[in-house]
Amino acid sequence: MSPSRAVPVFVALGDPTRLRLLGRLSVDGPLSIARLSRGTGVTRQAITKHLHTLGAAGLVRHARRGRERLWELDRRRLETAKRYLDQISAQWDAAVDRLKAFVEV
Amino acid sequence: MSAKKAPDRPSTDRIEKRVVLRAPRARVWRAISDAQEFGTWFRMKLDGPFAQGRTVRAKVAIPGYEHMKVEMQVERIEPERYFSYRWHPYPNDPAIDYSTEPTTLVEFTLEEALGGAGTALTIVESGFDRIPLARRSEAFRMNDGGWAGQIKNLAAYVA
Repeated sequence: MSPSRAVPVFVALGDPTRLRLLGRLSVDGPLSIARLSRGTGVTRQAITKHLHTLGAAGLVRHARRGRERLWELDRRRLETAKRYLDQISAQWDAAVDRLKAFVEV
Repeated sequence: MSAKKAPDRPSTDRIEKRVVLRAPRARVWRAISDAQEFGTWFRMKLDGPFAQGRTVRAKVAIPGYEHMKVEMQVERIEPERYFSYRWHPYPNDPAIDYSTEPTTLVEFTLEEALGGAGTALTIVESGFDRIPLARRSEAFRMNDGGWAGQIKNLAAYVA
């Protein structure tokens, strides 16, 4: 990914409301803007703006279902993040094995 | 050894490892808090001792990864109980200046294992969500194919 494409992703993730939206969509999505704003104290307009920021970064996308527009996670980006974590996790597993061998003598 | 996370919620922020080591707490503490011992099992050459607030520089001593330079900023040391530091995960491209990027926090917590079976060690690395996603994607690409072999080497070494 070129730096010019990476900037929107970084910006998109650097906001608590947007992180909460991602969390919500990962558990309950796809959801409408009405559902996403209910009980949050954040206006629909603000939620819409945040969703468009996330959409521009390729983190969420929307689809029309009947008269409703539903937003959902675009999992490809999250998959990248998860694979990265899996790698580091494997490194730790190997390090823990070495530590075990080192102290259990 | 399992990561604590809410079901169905993709946690991309933290890694947690839990293991019981059949060794006394003082022994495990030394292996973690003594920079030379840490370097032995972690496979890094460290340039000095760990001390609260100190930055320790290290070179990875794994064949093929010697170009990796690591900086560990020691945060907190509580003898025989807790040790933490910050670093830049995956600093594998010498051409990139990682110093301006966010760090992750690595925490080692030691407890007596139940029934005197040894020492329960928990390792948590957290803060990955603050690392630019682009960097995480690059780290994967640069190591694509490389890591599987590396893990196999390590497994062979400790067997």
